[in-house]
Amino acid sequence: MSLNKEQVKEIAQLAKLSINDSEIEQSTIELNNILSLMAELGKIDTDHVEPMAHPLEMSQRLREDVVSEADLSEEFQAIAPKTGKQHFLVPTVIE
Amino acid sequence: MHTLSVAELSKSLKNKEFSAVELTQHYLDRINRSDLNAFITVTDELALSQAREADAKLANGSGSVLTGIPFAQKDIFCTKGVKTSAGSKILDPFISPYDATLSHKLNIENMVMLGKTNMDEFAMGSSNENSFYGPVKNPWNKKMVPGGSSGGSAAAVAGRLSPFATGTDTGGSIRQPSSLCGITGIKPTYGRVSRYGMIAYASSLDQAGPMTQTAEDAALILNAIAGFDEKDSTSAPRDVPDYTKSLRDSIKSLKIGIPKEFFLEGLDSSVEKVITESMKEFEAMGAKLQEISLPNSTYAIPTYYIVAPCECSSNLSRLDGVRYGYRCKDPKDLNDLYLRSRSEGFGDEVKRRIMIGTYALSAGYYDAYYLKAQKVRHLISEDFKRAFKKVDIIMGPVSPTTAFELGAIKDPVSMYLADIYTLSANLAGLPGMSIPAGFSNNLPVGLQMIGNYWSEEVLLNAAHQFQTQTDWHSVLPENI
Repeated sequence: MSLNKEQVKEIAQLAKLSINDSEIEQSTIELNNILSLMAELGKIDTDHVEPMAHPLEMSQRLREDVVSEADLSEEFQAIAPKTGKQHFLVPTVIE
Repeated sequence: MHTLSVAELSKSLKNKEFSAVELTQHYLDRINRSDLNAFITVTDELALSQAREADAKLANGSGSVLTGIPFAQKDIFCTKGVKTSAGSKILDPFISPYDATLSHKLNIENMVMLGKTNMDEFAMGSSNENSFYGPVKNPWNKKMVPGGSSGGSAAAVAGRLSPFATGTDTGGSIRQPSSLCGITGIKPTYGRVSRYGMIAYASSLDQAGPMTQTAEDAALILNAIAGFDEKDSTSAPRDVPDYTKSLRDSIKSLKIGIPKEFFLEGLDSSVEKVITESMKEFEAMGAKLQEISLPNSTYAIPTYYIVAPCECSSNLSRLDGVRYGYRCKDPKDLNDLYLRSRSEGFGDEVKRRIMIGTYALSAGYYDAYYLKAQKVRHLISEDFKRAFKKVDIIMGPVSPTTAFELGAIKDPVSMYLADIYTLSANLAGLPGMSIPAGFSNNLPVGLQMIGNYWSEEVLLNAAHQFQTQTDWHSVLPENI
């Protein structure tokens, strides 16, 4: 499986990364090199192997649904790029 | 003072040979004179105020064995009120509003944080050349890389700019720089040390641990940082032993497995020689060596470079220029804000891994990549389970070569090969360690030890016994 430049642009869009025309050539080569490394795995028969979902095969621990976090909203607002009253500001989405 | 280990410093502080303030100032002076670029942020004032508090505790006898000991914190751990960048431009403006559990645990011991260490951006790299803040130099030879991703931490300890440092290991990021800089580093079992407030790269692989001068120091620090944490849903609810207690146990009849797959083509012959010599040392101490096989470990690289990028593409989606970190100038709309903040904020290797992960997880490719890799991961961990039925510990090289020159490896795939022996322990979730085992061309070589789940005591015991018989760990770079 090998990616072409159009596919690389599409992946960048999905990942919310912009990639300009001068970079696309190099990126396509590098990504294809990495993908060809992964082709190795095709050699292994994994038909009857379970995927490993957790390194310790532990299941997700549940807890009581109670508030455990302190209210740090002011501290988090203070480090945000742009804020309003109790919210983060972004460019207008809906006029 | 700077050639003393944590255990030695602890005694000196207790005996009032010098104060924590004097010790801290000594290290701060060393850091300020250093040209290794090991630190992103030096926290002079905070360190001195923490040292004064520590002195007060030591004076009234309420301090612990670690009170007043200075340390260097990898810049991946959130530290309240201090910049926490993860080596990235996108987090350059980020002053953490809270402490990671690990930071908190060191604070309650009244330890002294000297600063935050340089690292590969978001812990992605094996040479520390992927840092927004520039590469770190190896104290043994300043033309060489210190390894990565915890390169700043390793260089700081090897250059004696700090008695010890913290690190994180997702695919070898504690062990490989420890090996390349000639220090002792342990990656505990997955879930042993809390990941809360440790900036996530690949959540099913990430684990924190100490980077020290000796195994004894690693045991002292692990005592302080290990343990269950409510705030980390993958933290293991298990009791923590006193890791210093078993250090002096005899290793007579310890069964050591040597995986033949770790000695194939690609291993530098001078590194192999050092590893073979150190095995003989263990044999002389009464340990029993036997060859074992980990057949699927040869697939660790492709497996890791699917699993880790998939997890990172998901984890790093939170960095969008909206709530914290870098935001591009004058975004024209929301999409432009996302695109430019991320593209201007992330470095090349991080972008590559995000793209690989995004592709591997996209519709139609999930089974071929992610699911396949998770199945092979199972096979890799089964290999270890079989091996640990026969042996107590597995040993081999950490890295196929000693430190390489800055700028020497430009191709991403070639750089990935540096992790060939370390990745499988992360994929299986097992504890691993690197200890100084000798030199090749005046550069340090590390011996890797991999243990069964929760067997940090076995690793630390074997490492400590080796360090009572050898002095590789106390050899210093020139001009220290």
